Amino acid sequence: MTIGINGTPHDATPRPGQCLRTYLREQGSVEVKKGCDAGDCGACSVLVDGMPTHSCIFPAVRAEGRDVTTVAGLGTPDRLHPVQQRFVDAAGFQCGFCTAGMIVTASTLEDVAPADLSRVMKGNLCRCTGYRSIRDAIAGTVNTCRPAAGEAYGSSVAAPAGTRVVTGREHFTMDGPSALDEPATGLLHIAVLGSPHAHALVTSIDVTRAAGLPGVHLVLTHHDVPDILFSTGRHEDRLDDPDDTRMIDPVLRFRGQRVAVVVADSVAIAQAACRLVDVTYETREAVFDPHEARRPGAPLVHGDKDAAVSRISEPGRNVVAQLHGEHGDVDTALAAAHVTVSGTWQTARVTHAALETHGARAWLADDGSLVVRTSSQVPFLVRTELARILELPIDRVRVVVGRVGGGFGGKQELIVEDLVGLATLRTGRPVQYELTREDQFTIVPCRHPMTVSVTLGASADGTLTAMAVDVLSDTGAYGNHGPGVMFHGCHESVAVYRCANKRVDAEAVYTHNLPSGAFRGYGLGQVIFGIESAMDELARTLGIDPVELRRRNVIVPGDPMVVTAVEDSDLTYGSYGLDQCLDLVEEALASGRGEVAPAGWSVGTGSAIAMIATIPPRGHHSNVTVSVGPDGVYTVDVGTAEFGNGTTTVHVQLVAQELATTPDRVRVRQSDTATAGYDTGAYGSTGSVVAGKAVQIAAERLRSALLAAAGGGRLGPDGVARPDGSFAPFHELVGEGLSADGSHDGTPRSIAFNVHGFRVAVDPSTGEVRILQSVQAADAGVVINPEQLRGQVEGGTAQGIGSALYEEMTLRDGEVLTRTFRDYRVPQMADIPVTEVLFADTVDQLGPRGAKSMSEAPYNPVAPALANAIRDATGVRPHELPMSRVRLWRLLNP
Amino acid sequence: MDLHTVGSLRAARTRDDLRLAPGEAVLGGGSWLFSEPQPAVSGLVDLTTMGWEPWTIHAGGLSVSATCTIAQLLEPPAPTDWTAAPLFRQCAEAFLMSFKIWNTATVGGNLCLALPAGAMISLATGLDAEAVIWTPDGGERREPVASFVRGVQSTSLRGGEVLRSIEFPLEALQGRAAFRTMALTPLGRSSAVVTARLGSDGRTTLGLTAATTRPHVFHFGQPPTDDAVQRALATVDDWYDDAHGAPDWRAAVSLGLAYDVCEELRSS
Repeated sequence: MTIGINGTPHDATPRPGQCLRTYLREQGSVEVKKGCDAGDCGACSVLVDGMPTHSCIFPAVRAEGRDVTTVAGLGTPDRLHPVQQRFVDAAGFQCGFCTAGMIVTASTLEDVAPADLSRVMKGNLCRCTGYRSIRDAIAGTVNTCRPAAGEAYGSSVAAPAGTRVVTGREHFTMDGPSALDEPATGLLHIAVLGSPHAHALVTSIDVTRAAGLPGVHLVLTHHDVPDILFSTGRHEDRLDDPDDTRMIDPVLRFRGQRVAVVVADSVAIAQAACRLVDVTYETREAVFDPHEARRPGAPLVHGDKDAAVSRISEPGRNVVAQLHGEHGDVDTALAAAHVTVSGTWQTARVTHAALETHGARAWLADDGSLVVRTSSQVPFLVRTELARILELPIDRVRVVVGRVGGGFGGKQELIVEDLVGLATLRTGRPVQYELTREDQFTIVPCRHPMTVSVTLGASADGTLTAMAVDVLSDTGAYGNHGPGVMFHGCHESVAVYRCANKRVDAEAVYTHNLPSGAFRGYGLGQVIFGIESAMDELARTLGIDPVELRRRNVIVPGDPMVVTAVEDSDLTYGSYGLDQCLDLVEEALASGRGEVAPAGWSVGTGSAIAMIATIPPRGHHSNVTVSVGPDGVYTVDVGTAEFGNGTTTVHVQLVAQELATTPDRVRVRQSDTATAGYDTGAYGSTGSVVAGKAVQIAAERLRSALLAAAGGGRLGPDGVARPDGSFAPFHELVGEGLSADGSHDGTPRSIAFNVHGFRVAVDPSTGEVRILQSVQAADAGVVINPEQLRGQVEGGTAQGIGSALYEEMTLRDGEVLTRTFRDYRVPQMADIPVTEVLFADTVDQLGPRGAKSMSEAPYNPVAPALANAIRDATGVRPHELPMSRVRLWRLLNP
Repeated sequence: MDLHTVGSLRAARTRDDLRLAPGEAVLGGGSWLFSEPQPAVSGLVDLTTMGWEPWTIHAGGLSVSATCTIAQLLEPPAPTDWTAAPLFRQCAEAFLMSFKIWNTATVGGNLCLALPAGAMISLATGLDAEAVIWTPDGGERREPVASFVRGVQSTSLRGGEVLRSIEFPLEALQGRAAFRTMALTPLGRSSAVVTARLGSDGRTTLGLTAATTRPHVFHFGQPPTDDAVQRALATVDDWYDDAHGAPDWRAAVSLGLAYDVCEELRSS
C-alpha cells in the first residue's frame, strides 16, 4: 500500500502512532508546517483525496491508498495556482509560515460570501498580518505592484520570496538540508526532562538506565555542561542582561527548567530515555507573586549569586534591576495641582505565538567547526555567546538563519542553540532540537507582566504638572531582558509628555514563574497602558477632550526628553509627526465611519498615543556589502534576519532605487555569519533604519563606483549611458564584479509615533466588546512600502487587540495551565476588525531616504485606546488586561 | 502530533476486535487523540474500520453511528417535519474547530471525550438522544446522553464497553428548537450552549452544556417564563471553571441565553 504525495507514490510504511504531518515531512514534503501539532492552527493543512484536513491530527496510516496534495502540489513558482498568485499579489503573508495551510484551505473554498469567510477560515491562525491582507488574497484584491527601474522606493513592491513562500519552496529553519554542507543523514534528536517543581535542588541524578536505552547517544545533566553563567537574552552589549543562567543547573527555578537532556536516534527514543532518568529532588519554598517576591523573608530565586559578577541589582531582595529617580518635585506639584488622578493597572502574561516554534540544528563542518542553523532574530549575537559558552574561538562557530517563521521579540533569545551545539561537539553528529507548542507556552520566555501605578496632577487649563509612575515587572525565574524591558518601558512612555515634575520608581523582580523576555514593544506597551489610561482619566476629570489634552502636553521639537532627568543622549527629533497623527485619528473618529452598534449596547470612543525611539540605545551595528555582476544583477549581503518584518523587501527597494534598476534584479543573501558582515540583528525595529541605512550607504557608493568606471553618465538597469551617447554595459564596467560596503552604528536616533483610536460597543449583560471602528495613524517618516507598512500596523494592531481583549496565560503555582492554542486565544480572522491605517507626512533626517522604523510600535497604543473607549462606553474604567468578557461583565455587574 | 509510545494499531472488524489489551485505546477520528501527548497509550484499535453506516433514518428517528463524522452528520436529508434539524448545523458551527476537522472528528468521539464544550453533547442532550453502548458480554445497553456524560472527561462507559450509536427520537426531531451560544471570542470555544425545544404538546426541554461540568436538561410542561427558567438554573451547582470562562460569568450568561431561547419559542 502506498501513499500518493502530489502525484508520486511513496511506499514507506507509516508508524502506528504517526500523524500524517511528520510522515509527509519525512518523505521530503517539508512545505507542510508544524505550527501547533494539535489541530488548532491549520499550518499543516493538506488535501487527502481532495478533502482539506489538518495533517497533524490525521493518522498517517489512514492516508494509505489515498492521494495527498500539499501546497507544493497545487502549483510551482513558474506555474502558480490561482490562489497562490492571489496571495502574492495581495501581499497575503508576512513571515509566511502559516501560508501553506492558508492557501491549501483557501483553494477548497467556492463562492464564500465575505461575511462567511471568518467562519470557514477559523481553523487557520496567522500571527503576523491581522488577516486583512489574507481576506484580500482570497477575494483577489491586488495590493502590490511592479515598479519601473529606479522607482521602487515608496511603491508597494511584493516580498522577493513571494512565489517561493506561496508554493512551499522557501525553507524555514527545520526544513532540512539547504545549500550548505549539511549532512543529510545521521541526524540525532534532543528531548529534555523538565523540572516538575517550581523550586527545587537536584540532590542526585542517575542516568544509567536512560543511557542504556538502545538508540541513546548522550545524556547530559548539570554535571556534564560548562560551568558558565550566561543569559538567554541577547543584546549588542552582553552586559545588558544578568549572567544568571547555567546550561543545566542543579537549582531548578521554574517548572520545566532543564533537568537532563537526552540525545538519541529519534525523538521517541529520547523521550523514552527521559522517563528513565532517576532524579531525587529536594523541593524548596517558591514565590510566584512579584509583590511578595521583594518582601523580606521571601524565598530567594538567585540568592546564591554575586550581585556584581552576575549583574543582579539586589539578589537578596529578588530585584534584578531598579530605577528610582525624580525630576523636579512631584509631591509639591501634586499638592498644588488643580486636579489629580491615580490608578494601578495590570497587564497579563502573554506568549508571542510565532507560528514557527524555536528550533535549531547543529553539525560539524568539514574543517571541524560548528555550524548552527536556528530560528533566530540575532544570528551574530547567538554566535558570540555560543562561542563563549562552548569555549570555542568565535571563528569556529557559524550561525545560519533562514527565513524565520515569526519572532515578535521571542527569538532575541538563546533557547535551543546551546544544547544542539554542545551535543554536536560531544557526539560529532548532526543534532536537532525542535520545541513543541507546549514548550513555547511553558519554557520559552513570555511577555513581562507589569503592575503600573500612575499619579498625575494638572492645572485647571490642562497643563500636566506632575507625573509619578511606579512599575513592578515580573521577570520570572531568569533575568533575560528583565532590565532592558523595565528601563525601556519607562522611557518613551514617560518622555513623550512635557511635565515639569516627574518621578519613576521601577523594579524588575525574580519569581519562580517561567522567565519573561523580549516582546514586541519591549516594555512600552505595559507602561503606556497605565499612563495613557491615566491621561484619559485626567481629561475626564478636567472636562477637556482627551485628544486635546494630549496636544497641550506632548513634547514638540525643541523640548527636552525627560524621564527622571533632562537627557543628554543621541535621541533627537529627526522628524516629528505626532501632531498629524492626533489630527488624523481625531478626524477619523469624528467621520462617522465604521459599523453600527447593536441595539441596547453602550457605545464609546477612546484613543491613546505611543512614542518610540527608532533604534535601541547604546549601539546597533550593521555592515553590508552590495555587489553587482556582469549580468547587472545586484547582490546584498546583510546580516540581519527576515522574520516577516519585510526587511528584505526594503533592502531590495533601496538598492533598486539607488541603482536605477528593477526589484527583480536585486537579490539578498542574509543572516549567515559566514557570508555577511557583522549585524547586531533584527530587534528594536532596526531592519530598515540600521541595516537599511547601511544598504543605502553601500548602494550610494556602488553607484559612484559604477559611474566612475564609466567616466560619468546615467546609470540604468543595463549599464551606464554616457554623456557622449555611448553605452557601457555592466560586463564592460565591472569585469567579474564590483562591490561596495556600507555600515551604520545605530546612532544618532530619531523618534516615531503611533496614535490609535477606537469606537466600541459593549454589551453590559455579557461583557462582550465589539469594535465598531479602529484607526491607527503612524508617523513612520517617508513610507518605503505602503502595503508592507500597512501590514505591519495591522499586524501590530491585531496582536494588540489580542493582548487587550483575549490572550492570557494562566498559571497556578508556577504551572502554566494554558498550553495549547485552543486554550489561549490567539486572534482568529473573526476577532480582528478592519483598521484604517493613516500615515503622517514627515521626512526623517536620520533614516534611509527619510524613513523611520515601524514594526513593533503599532502594538503599543492599542490596549489603552481600547480601554479608554470601553471606559467612555460604560462609565467604568478597566484596570486589568485582558479586558475579557468575564472581567468586563464583573466590572459592569458588581 | 506523533504518539511516540504507540507501538501497534489494530483495525477492528468484529466485536471481538474491540476487546482492548492493557494500554490500548479506541481510535475514532483521531482529532483529539492525536492532539495531545498520550504517554499511557501503547496501542490503538481503529473503530472506523468496523464499517458502520454513518447514519440511518428510520421510522423511530435518526440513528447516528459513533464513527459518523461531523461532516457526515450534516448530510441526512431531513424530512420537512424535522423542524429541529437546524440544530445539527448550529451545534457543528459551535465547535472551535473548523469545517476541516468536521471531516475527521466523529460524533461518538466527541461524546466519549466528554468535554463540557463538546458540541455533539449539546446536540444530543438538546434532542433527548440516547446512547447505545455495546457491553463486553456481547449485549448492549441504552442510556440518555445527558447521563452518559457524567463530568469533565468522564462518561458512564465501563471497561470493555464501546459507544455504538446515538439514537435521536422522531418526536424530538419534530419539535421546534432554539439555540444560543456564548464564548470569550466571536467564534471561540463555547463557554455556554443553551438549547430549547418545544414539542407539539407544548412540553419544553431546556438543555444546558459547556457552562457546566456535565449536561443539564430541564423539562417544562409549557414554554417556561423567565421566573421558571431562573428557578431551574438556580439548581445548577457545577458551573465550570477553565480557560474559557469563570463560573460566575458562565452562570450569568447562561441565564441570559436561556431567557433568549425560551423567549424565541414563546414568540414563535
